[in-house]
Amino acid sequence: MNRGISLYGTSVGKKVVMGLSGLLLFGFTVGHMLGNLKAFQGRPWDGVSPHALDLYGEALRNFGYPFLPHYGLLWIARIGLLLAVGVHIVAAFQLWRQSRRARPVAYRKNDSLVFSYASRTMRWGGVIILAFIVFHLLHMTTGQAHPEFEYGAVYRNLVIGFQSPLVAGFYLVAVGALCLHLYHGLWSVIGTLGIENPRIERVRRPVAGALSIGLFIGYAVVPIAVLTNFLTLP
Amino acid sequence: MKLKLHVWRQAGPSTRGGFETHEVVDVSPDMSFLDMLDLVNERITVNGGEPIAFEHDCREGICGSCGMMVNGIPHGPDRLITACQLHMRSFSDGDELWVEPWRAAAFPVMKDLVVDRSSLDRIIEAGGYISVRTGSAPDANALLIPKPEADRAFDAAACIGCGACVAACPNASAMLFTAAKAAHLSYLPQGQPERLQRAVDMVALHDEEGFGNCTNHGACQVACPKGISVEYIARLNRDLVRGVLTGVGME
Amino acid sequence: MELDAKIPSGELERKWTNHQFEMKLVNPANKRKYRVIVVGTGLAGGAAAATMGELGYDVHCFTFHDSPRRAHSIAAQGGINAAKNYQGDGDSIHRLFYDTVKGGDFRSREANVYRLAELSVNIIDQAVAQGVPLAREYGGLLANRSFGGAQVSRTFYARGQTGQQLLLGCYQALERQIAAGTVKMYNRHEMLDVIIVDGRARGIVTRHLVSGKIESHMADAVVLGTGGYSNAFFLSTNAKGCNVTAAWRAHRRGAGFANPCFTQIHPTCIPQSGEYQSKLTLMSESLRNDGRIWVPKLAGDNRPPAQIPDSERDYYLERLYPSFGNLSPRDIASRRAKEMVDLGHGVGPLRNGVYLDFRDAIARLGKDGVSERYGNLFQMYAKITGEDPYSTPMRIYPAPHYTMGGLWVDYDLMTTVPGLFAIGEVNFSDHGANRLGASALMQGLADGYFIIPKTIGSYLASAPRAVSSAAEAAATDTVRHVEAYQKRLLEVRGSRSVDSFHIELGRLLWNHCGMARNEAGLKEALRKIPELRDEFWNNVRVPGSGADLNQSLEKAGRVADFLEFAETMCWDALTRDESCGAHYREEHTTEEGEAKRDDENFAHGAVWEFRGVGETPVRHVEPLEFENISLSQRSYK
Ligand SMILES: Cc1cc2nc3c(=O)[nH]c(=O)nc-3n(C[C@H](O)[C@H](O)[C@H](O)COP(=O)(O)OP(=O)(O)OC[C@H]3O[C@@H](n4cnc5c(N)ncnc54)[C@H](O)[C@@H]3O)c2cc1C
Ligand code: HEM
Ligand code: HEM
Ligand code: SF4
Ligand code: F3S
Ligand code: FES
Repeated sequence: MNRGISLYGTSVGKKVVMGLSGLLLFGFTVGHMLGNLKAFQGRPWDGVSPHALDLYGEALRNFGYPFLPHYGLLWIARIGLLLAVGVHIVAAFQLWRQSRRARPVAYRKNDSLVFSYASRTMRWGGVIILAFIVFHLLHMTTGQAHPEFEYGAVYRNLVIGFQSPLVAGFYLVAVGALCLHLYHGLWSVIGTLGIENPRIERVRRPVAGALSIGLFIGYAVVPIAVLTNFLTLP
Repeated sequence: MKLKLHVWRQAGPSTRGGFETHEVVDVSPDMSFLDMLDLVNERITVNGGEPIAFEHDCREGICGSCGMMVNGIPHGPDRLITACQLHMRSFSDGDELWVEPWRAAAFPVMKDLVVDRSSLDRIIEAGGYISVRTGSAPDANALLIPKPEADRAFDAAACIGCGACVAACPNASAMLFTAAKAAHLSYLPQGQPERLQRAVDMVALHDEEGFGNCTNHGACQVACPKGISVEYIARLNRDLVRGVLTGVGME
Repeated sequence: MELDAKIPSGELERKWTNHQFEMKLVNPANKRKYRVIVVGTGLAGGAAAATMGELGYDVHCFTFHDSPRRAHSIAAQGGINAAKNYQGDGDSIHRLFYDTVKGGDFRSREANVYRLAELSVNIIDQAVAQGVPLAREYGGLLANRSFGGAQVSRTFYARGQTGQQLLLGCYQALERQIAAGTVKMYNRHEMLDVIIVDGRARGIVTRHLVSGKIESHMADAVVLGTGGYSNAFFLSTNAKGCNVTAAWRAHRRGAGFANPCFTQIHPTCIPQSGEYQSKLTLMSESLRNDGRIWVPKLAGDNRPPAQIPDSERDYYLERLYPSFGNLSPRDIASRRAKEMVDLGHGVGPLRNGVYLDFRDAIARLGKDGVSERYGNLFQMYAKITGEDPYSTPMRIYPAPHYTMGGLWVDYDLMTTVPGLFAIGEVNFSDHGANRLGASALMQGLADGYFIIPKTIGSYLASAPRAVSSAAEAAATDTVRHVEAYQKRLLEVRGSRSVDSFHIELGRLLWNHCGMARNEAGLKEALRKIPELRDEFWNNVRVPGSGADLNQSLEKAGRVADFLEFAETMCWDALTRDESCGAHYREEHTTEEGEAKRDDENFAHGAVWEFRGVGETPVRHVEPLEFENISLSQRSYK
């Protein structure tokens, strides 16, 4: 424990914590994306309620029952995610402060030499993602930000939610920001965790690119399908 | 050639600075960038002004003294060179150049383009060495070092301590410098006994000196006149984590 | 001035060992009570400070650089010699000793050189243990190469950055002692005077280059490792900051200056490209292993090199020295190049170079083979000149590079001022009239790691401690003197920049006391230098004040010293009425045009005593005896 704290005390330690929490969050986003794709199952919707997506949501809520209570896994996951987002943000903030202090006077003229533009978007990209998550929870999970939220009707909430081009647009931007974040993050995390392997080194960049683009597509198809009336209500 | 030069002028560590503009005529493309500054200084001096202070010594890219931002790029637009190796043929007639000092809290400006980089010395002081007594060394060939390892160590050892990595880094981090020094020693058998302790101590001092953290931007590698690779940073990260988690350097 | 070299008696091979045994020692518990000042953090000073700190002395170390790692030693490229005989090609301590004495044209002290050869072996061990990444073979053993003027492979190297890697090893050792608190480091402090108390060196006066503060620092002994004075010529391969100030100010306080006219000109540098140029760049001598040197036979030939057929090229080194060819020693290669240029065969836009051609090497080894060996040098050349040496021959020309002359020291490396020591390039000790390639690094490190830490103990153990009241008075006096001198510089307020004087002095020295010297030229220089000095003191413009970072002021002090020193250098060249090594008097040549020594009259070191600015200095001599090597005419035919 003490050692963990001293590790966190260094800039590298904070980065390691970000990397690990980021990886966890990445794992969630992949799973969530795959879950979202269930929206396409059984299309066109035969009107039989509940939709596959609803059942999937239901299943998640009841996973492990009766060994776990209803919502058991969900809450475990939620707490895990919350913690991950929490430390990820706190560490990001602390590191941001450290580097801001490290350069109190900016250059008059600055030509960025970074490997990829994505690395420069991590911080404000993160803020967009955070704002999105808050909105998204109010939108799809608790419903306050949803025009016609109906508890448990996941598919219906989703289609109605994305019928507003503005909302769908925001989702697309946010998912774009997330994937840019991951494009740098997945590449970067290898270095942060000190993985030194020439074979990984060679595929590091393309794999980060493929994963983040794949993720973007996987997410983006859902709002796009609604906007283009591919996914509809009965 | 004719140039428009905007140079940062600052009288001392605690005074405010600003840009001063010079129209420089009769610049030869064969001049080095520092020859050009000499020329400007000669003219300033003869006209009764105070010449621009800038650091330099070897003028051949090895001592690491020179260093300035030229149009927002450490050591100027060409790759793998220092400012003293930059030649005016890299610019065109009529160009406008902005010349600024390295900017980092850990590199306070002393005057004009001169900054204080002693923070880098202190990082070495924290552990960037092998503890060996003079005169107690075994025969040099008693230790075999495979060429690939020796080469890796060498690539890291090529660092000249110029600080361009810090200047280029959006976070003003000195991790490339720190990692290069640590890697130089950690690739060698002689460097093993103190390896983890070294990583822990050097990183701790790096942070203490007020450098930023590394978020793997990679700008340092691009700016580094010796082409030091950011892969060394990964190596240092690992040594640091291992060092802290195994309890080395906790006392 | 008394010149007692204090060479230990006994057989050559036993001298150093015996001497170490006979020296007085300082009790380990007392070492901390002795303060030693080291000025300079090059290989010599850095090694000395680190080692003495480790031994327990209270070391205070000074450099005008912003970091110890920037000392000029960092720039050495080629390598460092050591008689390890790892290649089994017949090398030995004795052979290195012999080569060095012969290479120095018999103007060095046998005992010192032998000790150097002996210690060379330990240097490599020390460096490797510190983590210096010297070149390796695939089997993991250390690699060697042969270097100008040697017929065995004894040069250790670290790509083209031998000096940097060795200095970093030394700097790291120094930083380790700084961390341990045994060495206190003073960066950006320029030493401007030595404090003498009752005839002994007891401290120095420094100026802090950022705050401008002038202050005294007291100690029990002072060690100078302040490097060479090639920058007297303005254009040289040395770093811009190299200067004679520390040595000269010590000289003014009574330290004899030996053989100032022994200055080495390096044959392979990039020729000057214009008036504005501030610095000449050395191209490693190793290039001469595969490059062929030539000029067009026809003076003033304007054709591009590729259009000049072989029959119209003069490969003059191969022609004149069939057995050594392009690898002849530095002084010879340099002189022949100058001769060719003087005769109008020079090449390049300013006709100030000769070709170093890799056409045949590329044909033999392929472009890749050549790039494997010299890639980084070719790149460096291309960056500076904008020309591609793979397709057009390099242009090279000699340039001032190293100074064998320096403060006179005895076997213990002490100058004529008790308590004042000189190590590394700043002393005159080991290279005679000409230094062999890869031997300066060796000397600096031998002095710093292995010699001074021992000999200083012997001095400290026997010297009386300074009386504090006398010391205080001397310190105040010396500080005042330095302040007044600085004030004078600032108050001239003339119209010419410091650099313009330096450039003029450099040209004068290069023309009259450069690669070839003659009586008339030297006399002219001796007439012109005082004139230039007067003009300097009447018309120099040093902008700004002494109270902050003022690079013009720093330069002004150094140029003022060069202007005094240059005169002594010319006196030395004039009075050494022979040719030897790098000192080439046109009046004394063999029939083949080589340097002709006069052993009967000049087998000695000439040591100058300061008598005042503008006063003729006094010449003393230290006779040299050769008991182990017989004097012979150098021949590289
Ligand atoms: C381009 C080049 C290449 C070379 N290549 C080789 C080679 O391959 N092999 C070889 O053996 N030799 C080589 N040499 C020669 C060799 O590098 C030097 O002779 C040697 O490094 C000198 O070391 P040093 O410690 O005596 O002095 P330096 O390294 O010159 O150090 C002088 C130190 O003194 C300090 N100093 C000076 N004056 C003052 C003052 N007034 N106050 C405070 N501090 C002061 C400086 O700051 C510096 O720290 C080369 C030289 C040059 C120029
Ligand atoms: C909640 C808002 C978020 C903020 C403010 C944020 C911020 C940051 C910041 C500043 C970095 C540092 C950049 C770097 O070190 O290279 C980072 C790295 C990273 N982030 Fe995020 N992030 C957020 C959300 C996410 C999410 C949701 C994921 C995953 C789906 C994620 C995955 C990562 C990864 C993998 C890294 C790389 C860590 C490393 O280089 O070691 N982040 N994040
Ligand atoms: C277009 C893309 C997205 C769609 C269509 C979508 C859809 C949904 C839906 C329908 C729910 C509610 C599930 C339920 O209540 O059973 C949900 C929950 C959630 N989504 Fe998304 N989502 C998208 C993108 C994202 C992204 C990019 C993130 C994170 C970075 C994210 C994080 C979450 C979280 C944390 C929950 C709450 C899970 C819970 O605790 O119940 N979503 N999403
Ligand atoms: S790592 Fe590169 S940029 Fe940084 S100090 Fe070393 S040489 Fe300069
Ligand atoms: S640019 Fe900066 S963020 Fe790291 S990779 Fe280089 S130190
Ligand atoms: S002056 Fe030495 S690196 Fe530029």
